[in-house]
Amino acid sequence: MSHGSRFTRGAVSALGLAAIVSLAVSGCSSPGTPAPAETAKSGGSLVVGVTSDPDTLFPWKATQFQATHVLQNVYGTLTEFDEGLNVVPGLAESWDASEDGLTVTLKLREGVTFADGSTFGSEDVVSSLTKIQDEATAAVSRSALASVTAIEASDENTVLLTLSAPNAALPAGLAVLTLAMLSSDDTEAALNTAPNGTGAYSFDTRVANQSITLKKNTAYWGDEPTLGSVEFRVIPDESSIVSAMQSGNVQMAIFDDPLVAQTAESGSITIAKTPQLSYHTLQLNATRGDLADVNVRLAISCAVDRQEVLDTAALGEGEVTGPITSPAYKSDTDARPCPERDLKQAAAYLAKAGKADGVTIKTIVSQGEYATSVNEAQNLKAQLAEAKITLDVETLESGAYVDRWVAGDFDAAVALNGGQPDPDGMYGRYFTSTGNLNKVAGYSSPELDALFAEGRAASDPTDRAAIYEKVSAELEDNAAWVWLFTSYSYTATDSAVQGFVPMANGSLQYLRTTTVN
Amino acid sequence: MLKTFSHNSVVRRIGAAALTLLGVAIFVFIMLRAIPGNQITAGLGTEAAALTPAQKLALEQYYGLDQPLVVQFFSWLGNLFTGNLGFSARAQQSVLDLTVASLPVTFELAIFSIVLALLIGIPLGMLSASKPDSPRDALGQIVGLAGLSIPAFLLATALLSVLASSLGFNPNGQAFASLFGDPLLNLQQMLLPSLVLGFGIAAPIMRTTRTAVLEVRSNDFIRTARAKGVPPRRLQLKHVLGNALVPIVTMTGLQFGYLLGGAVVVEQIFSLPGIGRQVLLGIQQKEYALVQSTVLVIALTFVIVNLLTDLTYRLIDPRVRAS
Repeated sequence: MSHGSRFTRGAVSALGLAAIVSLAVSGCSSPGTPAPAETAKSGGSLVVGVTSDPDTLFPWKATQFQATHVLQNVYGTLTEFDEGLNVVPGLAESWDASEDGLTVTLKLREGVTFADGSTFGSEDVVSSLTKIQDEATAAVSRSALASVTAIEASDENTVLLTLSAPNAALPAGLAVLTLAMLSSDDTEAALNTAPNGTGAYSFDTRVANQSITLKKNTAYWGDEPTLGSVEFRVIPDESSIVSAMQSGNVQMAIFDDPLVAQTAESGSITIAKTPQLSYHTLQLNATRGDLADVNVRLAISCAVDRQEVLDTAALGEGEVTGPITSPAYKSDTDARPCPERDLKQAAAYLAKAGKADGVTIKTIVSQGEYATSVNEAQNLKAQLAEAKITLDVETLESGAYVDRWVAGDFDAAVALNGGQPDPDGMYGRYFTSTGNLNKVAGYSSPELDALFAEGRAASDPTDRAAIYEKVSAELEDNAAWVWLFTSYSYTATDSAVQGFVPMANGSLQYLRTTTVN
Repeated sequence: MLKTFSHNSVVRRIGAAALTLLGVAIFVFIMLRAIPGNQITAGLGTEAAALTPAQKLALEQYYGLDQPLVVQFFSWLGNLFTGNLGFSARAQQSVLDLTVASLPVTFELAIFSIVLALLIGIPLGMLSASKPDSPRDALGQIVGLAGLSIPAFLLATALLSVLASSLGFNPNGQAFASLFGDPLLNLQQMLLPSLVLGFGIAAPIMRTTRTAVLEVRSNDFIRTARAKGVPPRRLQLKHVLGNALVPIVTMTGLQFGYLLGGAVVVEQIFSLPGIGRQVLLGIQQKEYALVQSTVLVIALTFVIVNLLTDLTYRLIDPRVRAS
């Protein structure tokens, strides 16, 4: 007995000691007080919480969100999007198409320098565009320049692009990071470790897997960037980012998950919801099996209540959408064959296809690629079962899903695809017979080929809007895919952060107007 | 004769360790290739569908994926012997540099966690064993059960959320500080993850201690020692605990080895750039050389820890020395 009680005291002492050590350690500095660099707000230092390190620092291969977020602040493009996603001048002050539309003259901005101090000029534009066209570079936006047959500098600040056919979508196509302008002296190997661009911020430091810090580019050609520095701090878990915001260590973060955003919204943290251009869809491969029959595809389209998918899978956080999500060309969801779910019409379509007893569609869905995928598949399966359409869902690990998707090896696929401000850039590559993603889209038609060509040739915005309305109708009337909904992105900011403008394409370019008080 | 035998024994152990490591290397190599996708699709995602054949080939050459698998394996293995563990295209650093940075973080976390686990587990085990089936035993058992059954991710997230939202305490929200760069901040950043891991590991240590102590206490030599008037504290610490150490050391060594493999979940939640996170990122990005080399380093540390555990037996148990 006695030795037992003696031991108890010993154990308590040991635990107490551990606690004291812990408290002493934690009490040595004021918990939750940001490090000095973070409190130095006079120059405006912003810490953005991100879940991952960029997977590349080379802009022509950067498709990952985290890489894009960092690099679009470092590199400049010939054109840019404003907050309404209109194309505005970037490194090119103006662009003029010849009367036949086959020559585009780019007048470059003068006095622009790269972060290393070298001057930006037409030589860099020619070098950049030529390298992007070279297949050996493996630039992901090479196809955006497919219509460009010659690139030449007529003087130091003028570049002439010769086109195989008129292309009104080209200015919007030039605004993406994967067509950023690089110095002709730079190489991919050099830029992988030391980015050198003309953007509002320049690369400062990187600690692999931990953070990337940018500093103000004082020589930036536009209005002087407002922040002294921006640190993208890697905090792999989204709920840990919320905790870091609550403790004042991080002042800004972008979330996709509405539940996480809800948790973050408290006290000094506000959430701005921004509708996204990317869209959730059930891709149908019209080259395979029963889906080759337009009536089967239309039956699927009519049997789906999009709002129910949105409510069930994404807590209603989003908007039901048609094919085109860009604000200037937005598809009218009331114009689709079955604006509301119509099981009778679905049955009629199936009967017309000679499949009144129903069909089975093998569908792939990714687990882990994005939060709502499996829930969407399950809801679609339940809804379609009521129309005698069996969705045979195959849930795949994201790597396996991407492999199958890339190979076009599926009958149907639950997908979240990225959107673009210009509908030609968004769908031309999917739904034209020569598009580089047509194998994945599984649908094209001479009508669509003609409409996309017409859209590229038309320069008047009203004419273009009318053409893409027809594109939208053609896609919906043939139920090329079943477009479901668009989501929001959630920008969480501390009350000290002002002036940031979230964009529908997910861009963080307005960090250049952001301040931290 | 004895020397030759022990020499042979050492050679045998080293040989076995080398074979284990080779097995691990082959297994990881095959498993990684069996996972669908590669570095191109992991990096570009669905955009990889837009690549032309020539673009795809250029990328395969860049990542060394155009080589036959056998060539890939032996060139990686050959490089290992020259100290070249590979290169991470994502981090733009050699795997050796990345490992040199991440291993100490995991090592530090493992040491703190084990120390906390021992500080909690051994006293608690002895407390339980001091009077079996009593309220104090029940208390010990409940704490042990909690340690085993509360998932680390839950405890970690709850601790972080509650402390950050109510007290504004979240040192892990700051940029990671190394032990030698900013020791004070580093210790703060290690506090919560060590507590979470230590609490989880304390449970098996507590249970092992309890069982071992109960077993030792039932031996005749304890009764004899007590009859000879050995003071209770000395009896508990020297005679009971001293003789119960072997299973405790085994359990501790095993847990320490696992910790050196990287506590992935805890490292993720507390943003610690340890070796577990390095492997996870490598798997996500399909950086083959990074994963293969890092797993091999982890396996090596596990082998070394096992060896050290065996050596510790010789120190604490004269019977092992004698044999």
